[in-house]
Amino acid sequence: MAINWFKYSAPTAFYGLAGKMIPWFAVPAAVLFMVGMYIGFFVAPTDAIQSEAYRIIFIHVPASILSMFIYLIMAGYAALGLIFNTRLSSMMATALAPTGALFAFISLWTGALWGKPMWGAWWVWDARLTSELILLFLYLGFIALQSSIEDPRRADRAGALLAIVGSVNVPIIYFSVKWWNTLHQGATIKFTGTSMHVAMQQAMFIMLLACWLYVIAVTLARVRSIILERERNTQWVNELKEVRS
Amino acid sequence: MSPAEFFAMNGYGFYVWGSYGVALLVIGIEIALVRHKRTITLRQLRMERDAGEEQ
Repeated sequence: MAINWFKYSAPTAFYGLAGKMIPWFAVPAAVLFMVGMYIGFFVAPTDAIQSEAYRIIFIHVPASILSMFIYLIMAGYAALGLIFNTRLSSMMATALAPTGALFAFISLWTGALWGKPMWGAWWVWDARLTSELILLFLYLGFIALQSSIEDPRRADRAGALLAIVGSVNVPIIYFSVKWWNTLHQGATIKFTGTSMHVAMQQAMFIMLLACWLYVIAVTLARVRSIILERERNTQWVNELKEVRS
Repeated sequence: MSPAEFFAMNGYGFYVWGSYGVALLVIGIEIALVRHKRTITLRQLRMERDAGEEQ
């Protein structure tokens, strides 16, 4: 069966497709979130050193990974929009930014609440924490820059440049625990395996998957409004049943 | 383990529930904002269409 994927790179076709896809991501996200929480709180054992405080890991690590990953996807879409002048890619970049900022915030917040009992400080200016804070500022800068420019196509281009230049920060966050002496522990999941208990690993991966599915669902929902706004002078938008009613 | 013990998290309850509580709260706010955005975008489109028809 031949599927014309380029068909869905047009906002017209993607609007409808995105609407149909949202529940297919949102429902599994909610179910996996509950499964992950159950395993994280009722199956995973108490940590020998950190006692129950370590359970913050099941939200902290997925949120941190996604805050970096979303940034790269956002910069990728922004770059596509800049190079090929594809409207939908730029709209996707715009739609991803608030959710990326949200996960960067959750990462910092849960990190502070974990740092206080374990390190004795809510915050330290070390490489890992500072570079993650810069990531939050990059997201906020991207959002502010785009919303300050009236013409959407110019806003796309300006935002894209910021997003692309800012992506240099992502490897800095990732490798900060190796490159500098920091208070933050090293990578929990290494390419060579992990020393975590199997139930802890399961809970963390399930929570990561749940959060990832949530990101897709909420981004699709947000991009639909962006599509409507930017295409509001077109025939197809005015013929949509949700607009006609 | 009693429910009280569970919520106490061996003395780390504030940190653990503070993490999950705020995470869920901001996710809830995001969902509400995205839904609200759709509602007002559609309302805006209908208003613009109605204004166009009157001309």
